[in-house]
Amino acid sequence: MSNVATQVIDHFVSQVGAQAATWLQSCVHCGECAEACHFYEVTKDPRYTPAWKLEPFARAYRARKAPFAGVRRALGLAKEPDEAELNEWQELIYDSCTMCGRCTMVCPMGIDIASLVGLARKSMAANGIGPEDLFAVAEKSREVGSPLGVTPEKMEERIDWLSDEHEVDIPLNKEKAEVLLTISSIETMKYPQSIVAMAQVLNHAGIDWTFSTKGYEATNFGVLSGKADVAKVMIERIVAAAESVGAKTVIIPECGHAYGALRWTGAMMLGRPLPFEVFHITEYLAMLKRDGKLKLKPMDDAITYHDPCQISRRGGATEAAREVLDGFATGFREMSPTGNANWCCGGGGGVAAIQRATPLRLKVFEIKMKQVEDSGADIMVSACANCRQTLDGGKEHYKWDREIGSLVEIVADHLVKA
Amino acid sequence: MSFLEFTEGPLWYVALVVFSVGVAWNIIGILAMRVRGDSAVPRKSPVAGGIKAIFLHMAPHGGFFSRTAYHVIVGYLFHLGLFALLLFGSFHVAFIKEWTGLSWTPLPRWGFIIASEVAFAGLILMWIRRWTDPITRQISDRDDHIGTGLTMLAMLTGCFALGEASDGLRAVHMLSVELLMLYFPFSRLMHAFTFIFSRYFMGAAYGKRGYVP
Ligand code: SF4
Ligand code: SF4
Repeated sequence: MSNVATQVIDHFVSQVGAQAATWLQSCVHCGECAEACHFYEVTKDPRYTPAWKLEPFARAYRARKAPFAGVRRALGLAKEPDEAELNEWQELIYDSCTMCGRCTMVCPMGIDIASLVGLARKSMAANGIGPEDLFAVAEKSREVGSPLGVTPEKMEERIDWLSDEHEVDIPLNKEKAEVLLTISSIETMKYPQSIVAMAQVLNHAGIDWTFSTKGYEATNFGVLSGKADVAKVMIERIVAAAESVGAKTVIIPECGHAYGALRWTGAMMLGRPLPFEVFHITEYLAMLKRDGKLKLKPMDDAITYHDPCQISRRGGATEAAREVLDGFATGFREMSPTGNANWCCGGGGGVAAIQRATPLRLKVFEIKMKQVEDSGADIMVSACANCRQTLDGGKEHYKWDREIGSLVEIVADHLVKA
Repeated sequence: MSFLEFTEGPLWYVALVVFSVGVAWNIIGILAMRVRGDSAVPRKSPVAGGIKAIFLHMAPHGGFFSRTAYHVIVGYLFHLGLFALLLFGSFHVAFIKEWTGLSWTPLPRWGFIIASEVAFAGLILMWIRRWTDPITRQISDRDDHIGTGLTMLAMLTGCFALGEASDGLRAVHMLSVELLMLYFPFSRLMHAFTFIFSRYFMGAAYGKRGYVP
């Protein structure tokens, strides 16, 4: 077996703890998880069965680390994957898993496939196996601070320009602030209106907040690509920025994976508890509304909400967006399924950055189009710029006639001016 | 030593030791692995999430029943039928009493027959699905088929031995059960024990975040 394959396997089994071990060992090969995975749903290709995506890794575990691994090896019953097989599996570990967690809902054993895929990615990435374009954006994050090349200087320029253009105060590098706001570079480059909207809402509510060029990028391509060192650097930058302005709260913008990365795995990567509270922007909006700090004009368009998987199912903040929409968006209706059971956009988990996955991603959009059309909504908003970008890609491809937007933008558009 | 004495004597002891030690070794081996520390501030109790997941995953939830009905129904038929046979078959009740002194009312003969039919129907339908459904065909391996085959064999020989008409049939049943016990700890059949941990760990990790999928 090649050296690379051995290193991938060594790395993988070294990461396997009690949780992963029970998951790798409890799969009964019932195949139910396929019924929950959007990639299987749109292709009916059994290779996209979530359990199958982990097959070489489960085999490696049985051969190397599981109880009785030695017996299996001695009897020649455990064939470890070779480099060719691992390369072939890139498509299943990267291109066709958005780490959405939907398959876990249906698994009788409760196996967390998304976490296992995350472990597999780390081992592959550590040994250079994976999509080059995804790795390139991760490296760019490390080098310049953002996956899309938004350097601190560019960030300053963008903020200046947005501030002038929209006549909104966007504080940057304030010496002290209670709240540190972060961005997703997809917003900076593609949806700058979202940045303006966040500023408008926070100013409207009278919050003491700032951006910081020390740490502004929330999207963590280190986590998505499996590059653990990049993931940690991205977290450290935000922590350094928050500590330097004395922020007790960090707000994650409309980005699902960024929320998961900082809120749920940030402390682990940092090696100590986070010195601040983390809120996704939807949670923060809901809090402001609850505290009577958000005065909104009613909106009666036929609107629906796409749950970003990492905020709802895997983030636990499903209700926040509904709380914001409640009473204000009078034409709001749910898709079916929705909330925690919602179908993924198809571009999460870094899949949106993998060029060769585009045809598959576009097929997944067919699910979303049908869901929205069945709901009768004219507008679908989300609270994740990555979902939005993926959905916009689908809209453009299919020349779809419905609008796609952002929750924070519609909130900002309906603020009652003081 | 007769064949029956062999299967109820030395072979039984060997099977029992391999099974018990193997299962314990397996579980201890897994649980002794490092549990990753997680210092994220919880939204909800991880312990409550873990316990919830153990029960939640006993039945389909989240709107998936229509898609998984076949597997859920035949899976329950098999497992419930098997437990009824295992714990309430008159031979098994007598066997357990002999070994532990504990005893309870066994199933009447007609109850045993219904339980066997239910268990057989479930297992056969699950196995058919494993061979015919493109998804399960893709993901199944030798272990799945050996585990199912040995279980089927133990059930089948159990039915033949039901009338306790001959020592030979009883010995064949003992042998098939012992083969199953010898295979069990090294196979996916271990899910009978690990499912609790698997669900718990998932529920704890997700429950901490606020929602148990
Ligand atoms: S986590 Fe989501 S994308 Fe990945 S295998 Fe499961 S259902 Fe499919
Ligand atoms: S649903 Fe769970 S147990 Fe069944 S094949 Fe998928 S991962 Fe394995």
